[in-house]
Formats: sequence, structure tokens, C-alpha cells
Amino acid sequence: MSQTRRIAVTVNGACREATVPVRVTLADFLRQELRLTGTHLGCEHGVCGACTVLLDGLSARSCLMLAVQADGREVTTVEGLAADPKVLHPLQQAFHDHHGLQCGFCTPGILMTLVELLRDNPNPTEDDIRIGISGNLCRCTGYQNIIVAALDAAKRLRAAAAAP
Amino acid sequence: MKPPLFSYHDPRTTADVIALLGRLENAKLLAGGQSLMPMLNMRYVLPDHLIDLNRVEELRYIRDSDGAIEIGAMTLQRDIEFSEVVQRRCPLMHEAVAQIGHRQTRNRGTLGGSLCHLDPAAELVSVAAVLEAKVSIAGRNGARTLDFAAFPVAYMTPALEPDELLTGIAFPCWRPGHGFAFVEFSRRHGDFAIVSAAALIEEDKHGKLTRVSLVLGGMGPAPLRAHNVEQALIGEKPEEKRLREICQTLRSLEAIDDIHAPASYRRQLATVLSRRALLKAHERVMAKEAS
Repeated sequence: MSQTRRIAVTVNGACREATVPVRVTLADFLRQELRLTGTHLGCEHGVCGACTVLLDGLSARSCLMLAVQADGREVTTVEGLAADPKVLHPLQQAFHDHHGLQCGFCTPGILMTLVELLRDNPNPTEDDIRIGISGNLCRCTGYQNIIVAALDAAKRLRAAAAAP
Repeated sequence: MKPPLFSYHDPRTTADVIALLGRLENAKLLAGGQSLMPMLNMRYVLPDHLIDLNRVEELRYIRDSDGAIEIGAMTLQRDIEFSEVVQRRCPLMHEAVAQIGHRQTRNRGTLGGSLCHLDPAAELVSVAAVLEAKVSIAGRNGARTLDFAAFPVAYMTPALEPDELLTGIAFPCWRPGHGFAFVEFSRRHGDFAIVSAAALIEEDKHGKLTRVSLVLGGMGPAPLRAHNVEQALIGEKPEEKRLREICQTLRSLEAIDDIHAPASYRRQLATVLSRRALLKAHERVMAKEAS
């Protein structure tokens, strides 16, 4: 019964191959096999949103997927947001500047959710953002600074896109 | 919380799925996983075999056919949400799908998964009921179709034999210019609704209702068709005062009583949400006529 499978997943641009037990979730594969511990596990039943990653560019809860289902697909985690390890992604920088986190546990999931939202909707309203992150639970901030940071990040990303 | 041990199968065709279902004992079909994966993680279900449908491409389609929209069971909720055909021909479904869970769950969740899981408050379950959808089922003994009304046989239990799977659903379209609304109440955005109301209406040129379909979700084990309200509304003008009176009759409905809300609260929601849905549907008919 301890069935395993060989999988190849592109994670943050690099092809990663491994043999995994079929019951391992994508979240545990990222954290334990690949040691990418930026993806957090809160509830492990799809409620808290902390484990959100991008699968082929679309946000998904990595605790609600098996690693074998990601075979041949592309996964982006919070570690893949910043192109340069010394320079934060504009969204991360906005969270830093606006104190958009306290303990930081929910932050990776919120960043991955927002990165998709801001890509699909570069000019979101506050309501769009509140609805967008309604599947990400934060027990510290009361969300206010997260909203402020997200709106500011949208502005920065628009300015960067408009720059020649 | 980790899933239990199981053997994993990822067939590519419906025929292969049926063959596996016929051969394997204690097998469970995995669609989008937005309900089954939590149940596996929490070990509410302990299958010996998991048959993943995500690589069965023939189960993913949205077709605009004669008078109906046909959607494959493995079509993502996301693809329904962004489908131009669905938005144009079946705007109620578009409005309902946008209220399912969150972006993250709609990116993975499927139509067939939601219908087979049959949560009493699930949006797509109510949509299938209010539109009188037909479900297509395939199994070892061939294919069959079933009215959606006969699909829920008990609490969270679809009318599927152990060797069968849901392959597609046909949603009959109402004529252009019809009114529609899907409204729900939940404590937080994206939670399952405590109660939802789905309304479809058609009016004649005098503004009187000629056709009404009203379904309440979250009241009982299956979506509840409000036949009495529908019949009372035919020939009426859907004005707020009249809607309020007629929807009051929903107060005598049976409703489930659970940790989320007592039955009396659900009955109250049923009257209010039905009125709101019907009124919104009527406003949309008016707006369409004005444009």
C-alpha cells in the first residue's frame, strides 16, 4: 500500500524531480522534500489559506492537492516571488513598509493570493482586496495594514508597468 | 493531519475510470479535491484506492447546445466563472459560481465534484435544481441521464451506483431577457451559505409573471423547490409588497437546526432571501427592457 511515484515539478523556475509517496500533499512535498518552508501549513483542511501557492499561475491551496497531481506542472511559492534574493518583490516591500504583518504566519499565503489578484486586476478597490483575501485568515493584524499594503503595492506595480 | 494510505490511479479516459471502478474495492473518485482532500486529511474517509479524474480531459468542456449549456463534470468552477457563454446564456450560474468559496478553491474545484459532494448549501447544487438540469451518468452498464431533482437521494448522497460516475450536466437556458438572482447569507465571505435563494423569472409585456423557479439552499438535505410560492406568483406583478406577502408563506417550511443556525433563523432567512432574489430578478428584467 505504500505506493510511491516519480514526479517532476517545476518549482520557482527549476525542475525538481523526486520519488514521493502518493498520499503526500503538495504542501508537505514543498516543505519536507524540497525544504521550501516558506509555504506554511495552518489548518491542513483548506480553511486558513496559509499554504496558498500558484499552480500554473493560479492560486491553490497546497494542502488540498497531492504532490503527484503537480507532476509536469509549474508551482510558484513565496520563495519564488523576488527575482533577486536581496531585493523584495514590490508586494513584499509594500507589506514591509506598511507593517502588513505581525507574526507573519499567514503572510506567504496572503502574498501568493494577492500576487494573482494584482496580476488579474491591477487597479483593485478595497472591497476587491477584502474579498480576494477572504480565504486567508490572519489572527494578528485585523487586516487593515494588509489592505493598505495591497493597495499601495497595486499602485507601485502600475507605476512600474507604465514606466518606459 | 495527513491523508491515509491509499493506492493512486490517474486514468486518462472515462472508459478507464469505469474499468477501475468495476475492478477496485473501496475506491473513491477525486475531482477538484476541495472537499474530499479535507475529508482525507481529517480521515473522515478512508479509501483503499483514489481515482484522480484530473487528467480525464474529455470531462472538461462547456458547450452551447440547442437550448441548453452542457458542462463536463471536471470543468473547473473557475472556467464556468469566466465563461462568456455561461455569463450570456445562463447569468444565474455566473452569479452563483462567483459566490463559491474563494478564488483559490474555484481555481481547483469542479462542477461535478460539487454536485456529487452534494453539500446542502452548495451554490451549484441549487443552480442545478432551479434550472432543472439533467445529469449524465456513465457506468459499466452504459450511460443514462437523470433529472437533477432525482439526483440527491439522501443527505450528501447522489444517485450513483458504485461503478458509476457523473460525466456531464445539461442546464436548460431560459429565454433572453429573463430575470435571475442568486443571493445567499453567510457569516463570512466565502463560507458555505446558511441559506441561499436562487430565482428565475419571466414576465409578459404587462409586467406580470409568466414563469417562476425558486430554490432554497441550506434548508434541508437537498435543495428545496418553493412550488407554492412559484404558483402563487404566476400572473402577479412582482412588486415588493406582494412579494413580501407571498414569501411569508415560506415561514412554515421545515428547516434543519444545527450549530450554524436554528431552524427558525433559517426560515426567516428563507423569506427574506427569497424576496430579495425575486425583487433583484424583477429589477433585471426592467433594466433589460429599458436598455
